[in-house]
Amino acid sequence: MRLVAKKEFGIFILLLVLCGVTGFKNPRFFSGANLGNTVNLIGLFGVFSLGVGLVIITGGIDLSIGSMCALTGVILAMALSEWHWSWPLAVLLVLAISVTLGWVHGFFVTRAKLQPFIVTLCGLLIYRGVARFIAHDVTKGFSDATGIDTLRSLASGKLWGLPMPFVILLVLAIIMWFVLHRSIYGRYLLAVGRNEQAARFSGINTRLVIASAYTIAGLLTGVSGILIAFYTNSVSPSNHGNFYELYGIAAAVLGGCSLRGGEGSVIGIVIGTALLIVLQNLVNLLGIDSSLNFAVMGAVVLLGVLADQMFKTRAAKKNVRQA
Amino acid sequence: MRGIGKRFPGVIALDNVSLEIGQGEVLALCGENGAGKSTLMKILGGVYQPDAGEISVDGKPEKINDVNDSMRLGVAFIHQELNVLDNLDVAANVFLGREPRNALGLIDFKKVHADTEPLLKRLGLDISSRTPLDKLSIAHQQMVEIAKALSLNSRIIIMDEPTSSLTLQETDRLLELVLELKQQGVSIVYISHRLSEVEHIADRVVVLRDGKNAGELPKAEAKHDRIVSLMVGREIKSTYTASAAPKTPGYFKVRNAISSRYPAMQVNFDAARGEILGFAGLVGAGRSEIVKAMVGLDPRGSAVVTIGGEQAVIHAPADAIGHGIYLVPEDRRAEGLVTAMTVRENTTLPSLKNYSSLFLISRERERKVTNEQIASLKIKTPGGETVVLNLSGGNQQKVVLGKWLSMSPKVMILDEPTRGIDVGAKAEIYRLMRELADRGAVILMISSDMEEVLNVSDRVAVMHEGRITGVLERADCNEENVMNLAVGKPIAAAKPTVNN
Repeated sequence: MRLVAKKEFGIFILLLVLCGVTGFKNPRFFSGANLGNTVNLIGLFGVFSLGVGLVIITGGIDLSIGSMCALTGVILAMALSEWHWSWPLAVLLVLAISVTLGWVHGFFVTRAKLQPFIVTLCGLLIYRGVARFIAHDVTKGFSDATGIDTLRSLASGKLWGLPMPFVILLVLAIIMWFVLHRSIYGRYLLAVGRNEQAARFSGINTRLVIASAYTIAGLLTGVSGILIAFYTNSVSPSNHGNFYELYGIAAAVLGGCSLRGGEGSVIGIVIGTALLIVLQNLVNLLGIDSSLNFAVMGAVVLLGVLADQMFKTRAAKKNVRQA
Repeated sequence: MRGIGKRFPGVIALDNVSLEIGQGEVLALCGENGAGKSTLMKILGGVYQPDAGEISVDGKPEKINDVNDSMRLGVAFIHQELNVLDNLDVAANVFLGREPRNALGLIDFKKVHADTEPLLKRLGLDISSRTPLDKLSIAHQQMVEIAKALSLNSRIIIMDEPTSSLTLQETDRLLELVLELKQQGVSIVYISHRLSEVEHIADRVVVLRDGKNAGELPKAEAKHDRIVSLMVGREIKSTYTASAAPKTPGYFKVRNAISSRYPAMQVNFDAARGEILGFAGLVGAGRSEIVKAMVGLDPRGSAVVTIGGEQAVIHAPADAIGHGIYLVPEDRRAEGLVTAMTVRENTTLPSLKNYSSLFLISRERERKVTNEQIASLKIKTPGGETVVLNLSGGNQQKVVLGKWLSMSPKVMILDEPTRGIDVGAKAEIYRLMRELADRGAVILMISSDMEEVLNVSDRVAVMHEGRITGVLERADCNEENVMNLAVGKPIAAAKPTVNN
């Protein structure tokens, strides 16, 4: 069973190199606090990156992740602190909302035949606006919430020495791996993303497959939203979750998901997320001006995709010569 | 045009073809699908470059390197798929790329419209030059293209199947127009399958066959039957051998099949278990469309399908597949295969449930069935994990076939099964089809290759403009009958489409 492909191996090596370089230049990288924080962040960002990766595999895209995190964060905080719901109910509410919104995206893409970019762009704008409105633009927190210790430790505690978000990411990633690479549904996803027509001609219900990808992405964003809310411990409706979708897309693309669809790997998405988080850490620890944070990220993603494209062209040329 | 030759990878499209066009003459260019008519005209229009031969205009040799060159020489090409911009108005389309400018360098709209009006009048068109094109019917859009050709002072207007989307009235108007233009000294090259129109307006008819000149007829001799005999004239060696396997007539019935392309036409036919029913017809006859409607791929199409006496309710492709009705589509790379996936993944795509337990796919079982298909179809591939994109056309087609064969088809529909495939692979695919039929399947084969249709089918149904014009029994299967039915002329030997 081939677990790791060439591409994933490549970015894994890159990740190790980055870790090595950072650690070498600033040994604080390897400190328990820093490693713990890094791994925690990987977990937080990785969960929604899995979701957006799934959507990208179908040939679509999801720009609404950050705003959905803001909305779910606001609702979670208010449900626990102001409406005094019990935490299981509050979590259920938040997840129900995010799943429904994901389903709505899927509906607009498959039934109304709108472009995913537009649908989720509108989502980005609308959910942010709704979040600000519900919260009256006031930052929400958990200070007035009671009985949330269990939830707090589930969301931000530790298990076997690893931060909970990371554990949750691992569990979800393992499930996703089986789904994407070993299940019928996963095979259908890859086929639909690559050639929707041919998939349809083979009897696959392409509408259902695509819509379900968006719904699952919604769910995963909801889970992320809860975890991130407890990480930041306060939710500022106007900028909570800003740009998260870009992290997700970058992670997926670095990890091998082609924006054209039909290609992707769960391991790649996780490593891609790790790469981005470590990069940020690198900027911090190496004293690079933090304003260059995004610039560094963008440059690495560009180089990564460029390298991938060059490999592909070379491989294609080799095949043409052989054929 | 003299001695024109043109090759494309794998096929010689034109071989030493010559054509003369006189001034103020209507020349009809006829031939079967693939005879080379469009290719020849595209060379004249500057879209393709000839590999051999020369072109001269007014006695002077000319080189036509691109569309601009041909336009400068006075050639205008009105393609079958109209090249109009429907977000602009009539005048803008007519003067596209040549808009008159005013002193400031901006488009002089007044002049554009003023110059367009007389052209529209010349064509007898009662529309304003400000009408947006998307508000016009196809017939009028075509007229706008003709106006554009006239505005370029074209001396030769090439019309490729101009009446395929027109009503009877609009067709009459167009034919009148062609004669009027001829009076004005413009030459028209009229490419068409509609021989009655050709008989009506052509001064001369040039027929191409298999990329070569097949003959020329002056108006007096340009009658339907003579044109048809020139179009098909070659000797097709009959390699048909009847199969001894038993056939069950009436096993597969299709009634009231309607496609979204020809919503007013209903198609009915029967096919026997164990037979190969060929579907012949010209491009655009509606064969692929009706077949897609039958398997649920056309949301606005419908058909009542019965197998062995039981109706198969089909609303979506999955239903058809569930009943054992499989389609090998025309475009194997866009519709038949996910080219980025491997042989194994493609082979198992519609039948994954058979190789999985609890929703998890077993690679072992996939590999087993893939290897079985590779062996039985003799697919030339390094292995089941080869990406399908890297296989040759013939082997790609075998993968498509293998995909369905592994699922015990009851009815196999093949749309142009050997297009772009070498002779050796063709023979193998024919053998497979016969084997499948002998084992009790119904085979429907759509083909535009006359030889294929005549040598492989047990019976031939011919379609024309959305309906079956007739079904030919084996004894009546010859090129003339098929071609006549294909251009819409009824013949005595053709049986009605449904018996009873």
